[in-house]
Amino acid sequence: MPFVMPALGPVMPEIVMTCLALLVLLLELVIKRKETIAFLSIVSVAVVTYLLAGSSGITFNGMFIADGYSLFFKLIFMLNVVLTVLISVKYIAIEKVNFGEYYSLILFSTLGMMLMASAGDLITLYLGLELMALSTYVLAGFLRHDIKSNEAAMKYFLLGAFASAFLLYGISMIYGLTGTTDLHAISSYISQKGLSGNPVLTLSMILFAVAFSFKIAAVPFHMWAPDVYEGAPTSITAFMSVGPKAAGFAVLGRVFLTAFGAARIEWAAILIPIAVLTMAVGNIIAISQTNIKRMLAYSSIAHAGYMLLGIIAGTSEGMASVLNYLFIYAFMNIGAFAVVIMLRSEGFKGDNISDYEGLAKTHPLAAALMLVFMFSLTGIPPTAGFMGKFYLFMSVISAGYTWLAVTAVIFSAISAYFYLRIVMYMYMKEPKAEVQLSASPGIALALAITVIAVLIIGVLPSKVINVARIAAGF
Amino acid sequence: MEQAIMNNLGFPILSTLIFLPIAGAALLLLISRSNESLIKWFSLIVSITVFIISIPLFTEFNKSTHLMQFTEKHAWIPSLNINYSLGIDGISILFVLLSALVTILCVLISWNSIKAKTKEFYISILIMEGAMIGVFCSLDFMLFYLFWEAMLIPMYLLIGVWGGPNRIYAAVKFFLFTLVGSVLMLVGIIVLYYQAGGTFDILELMTKTYPYKLQLWLFWAFFAAFAVKVPMFPVHTWLPDAHTEAPTAGSVILAAVLIKMGAYGFIRFSLPLFPDASKAMTPVMLTLSVIAIIYSAVICLAQTDLKRLIAYSSVSHMGFVTLGIFALNLQGMEGGILQMINHGVVTGALFLSVGMIYDRTHTRQISDYGGVASVMPVYASVFMVFTLASIGLPATNGFIGEFLIILGGFKANQWAGVLAATGIIIGAGYMLWLYQRVFFMETNQKVAGLADINLREIITLLPMIILIFWIGVYPNAFLGFMHESVKHLLERVNSGGMHEAGVAKNILEIIK
Repeated sequence: MPFVMPALGPVMPEIVMTCLALLVLLLELVIKRKETIAFLSIVSVAVVTYLLAGSSGITFNGMFIADGYSLFFKLIFMLNVVLTVLISVKYIAIEKVNFGEYYSLILFSTLGMMLMASAGDLITLYLGLELMALSTYVLAGFLRHDIKSNEAAMKYFLLGAFASAFLLYGISMIYGLTGTTDLHAISSYISQKGLSGNPVLTLSMILFAVAFSFKIAAVPFHMWAPDVYEGAPTSITAFMSVGPKAAGFAVLGRVFLTAFGAARIEWAAILIPIAVLTMAVGNIIAISQTNIKRMLAYSSIAHAGYMLLGIIAGTSEGMASVLNYLFIYAFMNIGAFAVVIMLRSEGFKGDNISDYEGLAKTHPLAAALMLVFMFSLTGIPPTAGFMGKFYLFMSVISAGYTWLAVTAVIFSAISAYFYLRIVMYMYMKEPKAEVQLSASPGIALALAITVIAVLIIGVLPSKVINVARIAAGF
Repeated sequence: MEQAIMNNLGFPILSTLIFLPIAGAALLLLISRSNESLIKWFSLIVSITVFIISIPLFTEFNKSTHLMQFTEKHAWIPSLNINYSLGIDGISILFVLLSALVTILCVLISWNSIKAKTKEFYISILIMEGAMIGVFCSLDFMLFYLFWEAMLIPMYLLIGVWGGPNRIYAAVKFFLFTLVGSVLMLVGIIVLYYQAGGTFDILELMTKTYPYKLQLWLFWAFFAAFAVKVPMFPVHTWLPDAHTEAPTAGSVILAAVLIKMGAYGFIRFSLPLFPDASKAMTPVMLTLSVIAIIYSAVICLAQTDLKRLIAYSSVSHMGFVTLGIFALNLQGMEGGILQMINHGVVTGALFLSVGMIYDRTHTRQISDYGGVASVMPVYASVFMVFTLASIGLPATNGFIGEFLIILGGFKANQWAGVLAATGIIIGAGYMLWLYQRVFFMETNQKVAGLADINLREIITLLPMIILIFWIGVYPNAFLGFMHESVKHLLERVNSGGMHEAGVAKNILEIIK
């Protein structure tokens, strides 16, 4: 069989991303001003985003799919990189870990996510996932002299390795059952042979669910999240809370809706308890947190629970609502972390909730921004968070799971308690100590982007919803 | 199906009323926070402008039709068939005007009493105004819900930032109670959307008939939101805390407009959308209303805190309102709507008055007062007017409302009518006793030498006094607005379930 060069058009953004990430890594040796490297990584993202617009199609015999679905996720990843880099520049200088590898690792991790979103085959999926995970482990432990950061990296790595092993088990089982790792081939094999209900298939779906639950931090595979979120550099926490989570949902949607589409009843039965538990644990344990990074960790667990509902709905409407939610979530969550990062200054950690006491008096603008993000995370209109939840609940109810929607709204009402506690500390208490804000043009820009997006999408969500619907295959 | 009269004023009056205050709030952001007097004057001018713009609603309103008027409609989220759709009818018009009026008074009353974070305070008040008017004008469920929930943010801040000593507890309680109720309604709204074939258009939803069982479920989902807001017994417990701890302006907005939204919701949504369920649930609703009337009135007798007493009296008065609404006849319903306005005016005025004396003494304990009438004679006489209006003395507005409600209540259920009337007697008891303890008896040391109310404060109270007598002497000026709309609504409720009447009857018997 002669070797035929596969079409490289669809995969061009990934190829360019690889080259640019390597270039950034090498340039770090010669460029001493790290801000330049940060700038270069944003330029790389811009180039890749430009290429993304023109690339679509299936290549490498169906192992790589560049469609609307993957494109939407990749845009979230690009956004994630830009916002993360913007909030990192000053922060990693304060933390004295101002190394250029930081940026190339972010790019490599994002490359992994892009591969995951485009995976048409379980092997591609696994490769992307490992690339993403390995880069993120290193980033989590980037504060080499901080014991908590080391703990975070170690914990993340060990548990992540377990999850990867589960995923491999799942893949091997499905390969044993169907003889293929191609998602579409698996799907047609299952429906042709009428395999839904087959115990091996169910077991392998459980293993997939475990592995992906780990990536999106769903209960009971969420244990790593609070410790890792707390220990990792705050900018990386922001990065992790959006990127890997979105990538997890990308593969979750692709594998469960495409490959296991015929066995929807079975996997819905697996995911429903996970989703309900995730919402419950995330929202309830968040109430008792005293550290804001831990609180936001539990909050991100809870949000994974809501989004799982959209997958459970099993419709393209449901998928569209998850895409819409992830897009909105990226803005509001990174926005909140940007405020958290501002509180970190030389010699002051600023990650306790009590550090927010009286912030409205000392720094009214920062407090007002945090207020917007907190209300958005709660899901109160006219913020984008409400539109995300609203569309999500609509798709869930449309799929007939009204009781799940009721459960979700009750938990989201509970979540108001801990989000509002931050608002309460900022606005209704007197400042105890003088808190210095370490603002920088980067953070200012990131905050401006996120707050404007949160408010605009909250009032005029039509465009985003339309794009999400197209991406989900309407 | 066109069920509306387009706006012919030449400009989108309802949008202007909603977004002018919000734009004003945005502009306030630009004013330096040290320039407090500019902030105050600017807010006052914005709120007065809004009120002036709202006057054409009053004069140009067509009273001879139940159709929606001054309507506007634009596509908002076309892919989900959500529209930006506004309009008012005889039921909502008075609330729009009341919201516009009350905001002015809130700005005036806070002139000297708000000293910290002034800028944020006036931003909250103005955003509040826009959201309140939005709630009453929305003809699309999604839009309605947006305003309904958006209101929580400024109100939470008003109570929590500028409130009394126990303000944080009160603010959180207010927020959580209301939010839990609202989100259940959200699920109900979405279920309704799919049931009706994908529309949030309130007018269109009202033309359809829904299966009885679904009606019952949705009735209770909506009940969760509206009953908390009213507040009805037994979910009223947030109100005394919120009322007591809120700053004067917050209490006034709560009393005058916010808690009216619950009752408004029952009238606007629950009754016409779920006529059969509403009819079937009448006994439950009447019972809860009567309990609220009597129970809260008795609690009022035991209060030692001025604001708390008035707060509980609100629960009692709102019991009258829900009683009138669920009497499901013309008198009861019109009485209920009018009583909402009355209660807004009178209780709003009472909170304004209490706020004025609180600014001087900084105490809310009734035992710290006594003999105020000899120190502040003008204030005492004004307060007397409000007390009598609250009791429902003939020639004041309270009389008209309560009379109509009891008439309607009596027609619906004799016991409800009789028991509600005892509520009025207890009401007279606690209000007059309050008046006696505060204004007569020996002059308390703490109030000796207080200055009487000044011109700004008199101007603040004047509109309320005018309204009390206007409605009391010539109620038709206001009842005339709602006549057609209420008649049409009752037709819908009473005929909507003809074919389901048998089922409803069965259920009624089971309940009995």
